[in-house]
Amino acid sequence: MTYHNPPTTPRKSATFDDYTLSEIRRAAATGIYDIRGAGAKRKLPHFDDLLFLGASISRYPLEGYRERCDTSVVLGTRHARKPIELKIPITIAGMSFGSLSGPAKEALGRGATLSGTSTTTGDGGMTEEERGHSKQLVYQYLPSRYGMNPRDLRRADAIEVVVGQGAKPGGGGMLLGQKISDRVAEMRTLPKGIDQRSACRHPDWTGPDDLEIKILELREITDWEKPIYVKVGGARPYYDTALAVKAGADVVVVDGMQGGTAATQEVFIENVGQPTLACIRPAVQALQDLGMHRKVQLIVSGGIRNGADVAKALALGVDAVSIGTAALVALGDNDPRWEADYNALGSTAGAYDDWHEGRDPAGITTQDPELMKRVDPIAAGRRLANYLKVMTLEAQTIARACGKNSLHNLEPEDLVALSIEAAAMAGVPLAGTSWIPGKGGL
Amino acid sequence: MNISNVATAPAREVDFPERVFDLAKRSLRELNQALHQLTPGSNETAWEVLNPKGSHSVAVGVDQPVAVDVRGSVGYYCGGMNAGGAITVHGSAGPGVGENMMSGSIVVKGDASQYAGATGRGGLLVIEGNASSRCGISMKGIDIVVHGNVGHMSAFMAQSGNLVVLGDAGDALGDSIYEARLFVRGKVGSLGADCIAKEMRPEHLELLQGLLDRAGVTGVKAAEFKRYGSARTLYNFNIDNADAY
Repeated sequence: MTYHNPPTTPRKSATFDDYTLSEIRRAAATGIYDIRGAGAKRKLPHFDDLLFLGASISRYPLEGYRERCDTSVVLGTRHARKPIELKIPITIAGMSFGSLSGPAKEALGRGATLSGTSTTTGDGGMTEEERGHSKQLVYQYLPSRYGMNPRDLRRADAIEVVVGQGAKPGGGGMLLGQKISDRVAEMRTLPKGIDQRSACRHPDWTGPDDLEIKILELREITDWEKPIYVKVGGARPYYDTALAVKAGADVVVVDGMQGGTAATQEVFIENVGQPTLACIRPAVQALQDLGMHRKVQLIVSGGIRNGADVAKALALGVDAVSIGTAALVALGDNDPRWEADYNALGSTAGAYDDWHEGRDPAGITTQDPELMKRVDPIAAGRRLANYLKVMTLEAQTIARACGKNSLHNLEPEDLVALSIEAAAMAGVPLAGTSWIPGKGGL
Repeated sequence: MNISNVATAPAREVDFPERVFDLAKRSLRELNQALHQLTPGSNETAWEVLNPKGSHSVAVGVDQPVAVDVRGSVGYYCGGMNAGGAITVHGSAGPGVGENMMSGSIVVKGDASQYAGATGRGGLLVIEGNASSRCGISMKGIDIVVHGNVGHMSAFMAQSGNLVVLGDAGDALGDSIYEARLFVRGKVGSLGADCIAKEMRPEHLELLQGLLDRAGVTGVKAAEFKRYGSARTLYNFNIDNADAY
């Protein structure tokens, strides 16, 4: 009798999966790491791992659509003579002109203004499109200092000193030469066509004590009118928040690793920093330990997608959130209507992230005049405003169910976690228990 | 802000009044507020600041063509973002003097600390003594003239403008430089990545002589300097240049 060995099913490695293999082949062929935009794409503990506890007997709910649930927030109450008053606690994060097209920046301004919230400049300086269409505009003071000038500082409604970014804490940016139009080159005082490297650190200060003096200078230049934000990448949120407060920040912005970026190494985006969920409690704790919670406002960003995310972030103690990637999607980024064009670039709608190449079919992350025409700033602004309104309504719906007449009355007690990881990160109990990992209990 | 009791020295000339601001008696905030409240065409064109005693952010954000004489040494960021003012520090300056200056001039009679003229976009910064490290870092159009020496990593990532050093330069001069021009009369510790010595052509001699004249430098010839600038080999990323990063 003859026995044949049965064939085994081909088995691919979990470690060397298809994506990893393709990355190795790409690196070997090109000799350069992959550079891309967007934020971390790996699955991370996130707001989805938290649930709200609606009211029953122990809590008394508010009537949906009938009873008021306040959404407003004031940022910069610590020192600024002119704090920013927003109708909703959702702001538009900094995204640079140069990375984004002029019509896209205009659309962000239009949408934010319709919604009563602020937009933020980016690495490329302030544009007229943006200032003209943003009722409230935050001017980023970045390590690169591209386009930085006192006139724009004074035209801004707030100043955000950017120390770090969630997608790349400790890293600078790279705007490839093919995306440098005449206008972008002029704004950045650099020759056209070269790769523009954004510095990873501020050239004229080297630590928290220097930052304190730098903030003083910015306040003096703007006569103490503007709120001063300090933005950090979500890496060491407790200490970075504490030091930002010590340096005099009116507002601290913590950007988790799901936060987007224009162009950075894939290996950096996916392997440096902490998830947004993991950053909130340490940042809030720092403010509480210093007696500055609600006195110095906290904005958190990185992967905020809907009203539930907003409500969860607020419940954990933040004062407002920022959205970047989601705002671009609302404008029309990665829209399936351009699927054929995405396919031609070797991608697909929903996955396109080579924003630095300047060939964005949606006309948003490009300086190509023909592609830019695909963005109607009025219509795109309207879409963004709709999206912001929906997020706000969603957050209000949840808050009312928890018995809150203000989004800011949401609290950690309203939350439970679906996983031990999320319970530990957020500092809320695992569902069905009173156990908060690291804090005893059941 | 009430500035009605700002100390005022007797005017020497009716059409050229002098404002004297004693920081031992008045606050920094009041000084800067008073400078910012000046309007175009104001006849308050000459200011004197007494007792700075190392104060930070003295005369920052000036945006009118006024003269400010600071009698003593200052801390960080003196003259920061100056736009049109003629600021003279009769002493030494701390870090970041003239940072992001737009136009006008700043003259430091003594020495300057780190990052002098950082990211400056225009105007003239003259340091009659020595400057520390990172002088002209990320400069974006400013002209800087240092009578003495500059420290290491000066003109790091310098984008445009001119840095003139009558003395010596430290290590890593002009590292990752873009289009700024560097003129050094003395020794250079070492050149940074992508920074090379370049030919001094007639137009450079003319440019440099003009800068020396504007900075009040006498008895020194442009021909005594060497020019340094970008080799432009790092302007577009190439893996074969990775060792340079």
